Amino acid sequence: MASHISTDAGNITLEVRDLHTRFHTREGVLPVVDGVSFTLRRGQVLGLVGESGSGKSVTGFSIMGLIDPPGRVESGQLLFQGRELRTLSPRERRSLQGDRMAMIFQDPMATLNPVLDIATQMIEAVQAHRRVSRAQARQLARDTLASMGIPSPDERLDAYPHQLSGGMRQRVAIAIALLHGPDLIIADEPTTALDVTLQAQILSEVQALVRERGTALIWISHDLSVVAGLADQIAVMYAGRIVEHGTVDQVLDHPQHPYTQGLIGSLPSANQRGTRLRQISGMAPSLLDMPAGCAFAPRCPRASATCQQARPEISLPRPEAPDHAVRCHHPGAAPAASLSAEVAA
Amino acid sequence: MSLIPSQAAAKPAARPLREHSIWWRMAADFARSRMALAGLLLLVAVLLVALVAPWITPQNPYDLMQLDVLDARLPPGSPQGSGQYTYWLGTDGQGRDLYSAIVYGLRISLLVGVGSAAVAAVVGTLMGLLAAYAGGRIDALIMRLVDLLLSFPTLLMALMILAWTGKGVGNVVLTLVLLEWAYYARTARGQALVEARRDYVEAARGLGLPDWRILLGHILPNCLPPLLVIGALQVARAITLEATLSFLGLGVPITEPSLGLLISNGYQYLLSNEYWISVFPGLALLATIVAINLVGDQLRDVLNPRLMK
Amino acid sequence: MSGWLLRRVGQAALVVLAMTVIVFVGLHAVGNPVDILIGDDLNQQERLQAIARLGLDQPLWRQYLAFVDGALHGSLGRSFVYQEDAFHLILQRLPATLELAVSALLLAVLIGVPLGLVAGMWPEHPLSKALMAGSIVGFSLPAFWVALMLIMVFSVQLGWLPASGRGATREWLGVAWSWLTLDGLQHLLLPAVNLALFKISLVLRLTRAGVREVLPQDFVKFARAKGLSPTRVLVWHVLRNTLIPLVTVLGLELGSTIAYAVVTESIFAWPGAGKLILDSINSLDRPVVVAYLMVVVLIFVTLNLLVDVLYKLLDPRVRLEGAA
Repeated sequence: MASHISTDAGNITLEVRDLHTRFHTREGVLPVVDGVSFTLRRGQVLGLVGESGSGKSVTGFSIMGLIDPPGRVESGQLLFQGRELRTLSPRERRSLQGDRMAMIFQDPMATLNPVLDIATQMIEAVQAHRRVSRAQARQLARDTLASMGIPSPDERLDAYPHQLSGGMRQRVAIAIALLHGPDLIIADEPTTALDVTLQAQILSEVQALVRERGTALIWISHDLSVVAGLADQIAVMYAGRIVEHGTVDQVLDHPQHPYTQGLIGSLPSANQRGTRLRQISGMAPSLLDMPAGCAFAPRCPRASATCQQARPEISLPRPEAPDHAVRCHHPGAAPAASLSAEVAA
Repeated sequence: MSLIPSQAAAKPAARPLREHSIWWRMAADFARSRMALAGLLLLVAVLLVALVAPWITPQNPYDLMQLDVLDARLPPGSPQGSGQYTYWLGTDGQGRDLYSAIVYGLRISLLVGVGSAAVAAVVGTLMGLLAAYAGGRIDALIMRLVDLLLSFPTLLMALMILAWTGKGVGNVVLTLVLLEWAYYARTARGQALVEARRDYVEAARGLGLPDWRILLGHILPNCLPPLLVIGALQVARAITLEATLSFLGLGVPITEPSLGLLISNGYQYLLSNEYWISVFPGLALLATIVAINLVGDQLRDVLNPRLMK
Repeated sequence: MSGWLLRRVGQAALVVLAMTVIVFVGLHAVGNPVDILIGDDLNQQERLQAIARLGLDQPLWRQYLAFVDGALHGSLGRSFVYQEDAFHLILQRLPATLELAVSALLLAVLIGVPLGLVAGMWPEHPLSKALMAGSIVGFSLPAFWVALMLIMVFSVQLGWLPASGRGATREWLGVAWSWLTLDGLQHLLLPAVNLALFKISLVLRLTRAGVREVLPQDFVKFARAKGLSPTRVLVWHVLRNTLIPLVTVLGLELGSTIAYAVVTESIFAWPGAGKLILDSINSLDRPVVVAYLMVVVLIFVTLNLLVDVLYKLLDPRVRLEGAA
């Protein structure tokens, strides 16, 4: 097992290189994750943004090792603290899951088993990785709930999922993720199913936790505004590939890719009151029927002949920002007039 | 390996949209299961055999004149007494050619099974529609009756009924109808209630169509898919039930044996190793029921997702 | 919970009551109750005496009350054939039938659930497809014919197991059971397998359907994300959620198994209540038929009730109405 140790191994929690995850369905092979790469250091938060179908969730599942047939992680490197995940045995993988790396799902009602009480579900998560007694495991669960500011944790432990509110369920799911103090947490749209006030609350809670413990966090979302306040880095995904990647300031203040510009432009905050909300016209392509060149070309205001024929490679268009990468034939700040295509009447 | 190469020019459509009726699509879905197709083939074969029974058998096993009791319990392949034909499957305790007996027995089994299922379907569907339409007390009454009927095992109730009425083909059919209509009624009512909420019923009402017209002409056709599935599976159940009842001596008369009775007759000879008298009719029965269940099972898979739409 | 329980018991009692009315009216509507309960081979004077004794010359409602009264005291007539009280006759035979039914159900679960699990988790595997095809054959098989085949193969040809009868018994809790002896088990095996065949197919299909419904749900994936061992995920998450509805179906199936034991008991000469009822129907021993009907009704109503209670206990969503 040749594991590639990178140069400052101590500081890099996760390194993803050219990840390809494909789904082999009856209609054809879907390249859901099509060459994704990024690096995540201790305590950093990566916001992985994209519309549904962009491959962001599947990226998260691929890292966690939860891809089931007909999907398969087919190539690429997944280096977690220097270890190549794909070469681990199932048992080794399992010892990492829930312990060193944890995941939070979107719908907490579906995430928790409805016929088991919270205590059982938390205790089993503890005992899967530590040789402790039930009582000790329950104590740990209780402490974790308390540390998140959840009142009367014992009552919560004895409750069943359907007896808790949506926000509380999600907090329980987060608590389960935190039980063993993981080095990496992947949160797949954890606040999408909750209302806005709850969203803000949980966001700030998670932010505090991450700062405290130095956990690396991947926050997957379709909503740029949610991620903006939380993330250090932002990666924008489209049709299975990352089209723009940089620090949060770089991407939000100086977006280079027309898709990112479209996303930012369509945020309600970016639009003037009373004017029609701007949208990106068209729809994401079906993965079965991808265009030959750049996947975004059909919807792009800047598309040229090159765009339709050749797939763009990663480039670094801004010399003053060497970490800011874009996948585009014509990167650059948008001309003020056409930030995004107006919705056709 | 990875991307499907697509030229910008060519535009391959995933599947050409055909203007075919829903029946065609259902048939296509049905045909996707090879087992179901095999079942269908077997079923057709069985039906054909039963239909042309007099022409394909050397003997009419119900005509006592044609039987020769001296030929009783002959093993398969023995020649008939006067050498006119061979007893390919042997003979039973009364000297009947087993092959002929099986073919004629199939007739009775199918007649009783399909007949009772058909009558029960009509009665049950009407009752279900009535319950859905009338609502209130009548609905409650009918559904209580249905629940009562369905919560007790069919065999026991059939035994009870036949204990009072006595044996005979007619009584068996009556019993089966009395017990089976409840399945149809429950489904028809449920489906009718769902359909009644749909827009097209509102539209028909708005047009001033009389209620019975809406019920029979509009709602009923949309209730058919699940009823069809139930019907198929019920036929199998009815055939099995008749066979069981006949086996227990409470079904058809001994002069016109159905498959169940043939098996029953052969029971006593099992211990002396004259197996064919019970085994072959059993195989025929099994084949028929398996065929029906294969078809019914696939029908259910095919028709159900359609209901969800 | 107790309020609901009371209501359910009340409902059950109503059903039993309704059945007594139906049976009573049935006795009157179909035939001459005198014939049904007394028998035809008494002379005129004895008949008149019997009629008076049984109160059959009284108005209908009086007779009904007397009928219920007799029922509550465990007397529904005397068997013509055995000259014993019909109800007691049936109760004597019931343990044998229960033995058979429970064994069959146990076999069905022990074989059907694991196979259904396999078929549900790997539906495309050729074994799973074979199992599904096999299950269709399984519930198409006419039980009585399979019984004959089993006897033919295992008793006549191979001589491994006895063809009929119940084996030696041993007492437990005041009742004689045959599964407590080796000889008894040998006699029990074939009939239990025969009765179980249909159930195995049913359980297999139900388990498979349940597994296929549960497996893709998020909480299973989440359980794996927690790093739980595959066994734990299987048993505590997949199986547990699949089995809850299954258990309730099985409870109801027990009743149906008891009923269909009639055929198996007849072929294997198993001395249970089922054989008794068949013999009684054929010999026109009508008091026994009536008594059997009442017993079966009672069993079914009780089973239904128990199953409802069981479901409430097992599924916390149902049990704890009124979420926070």
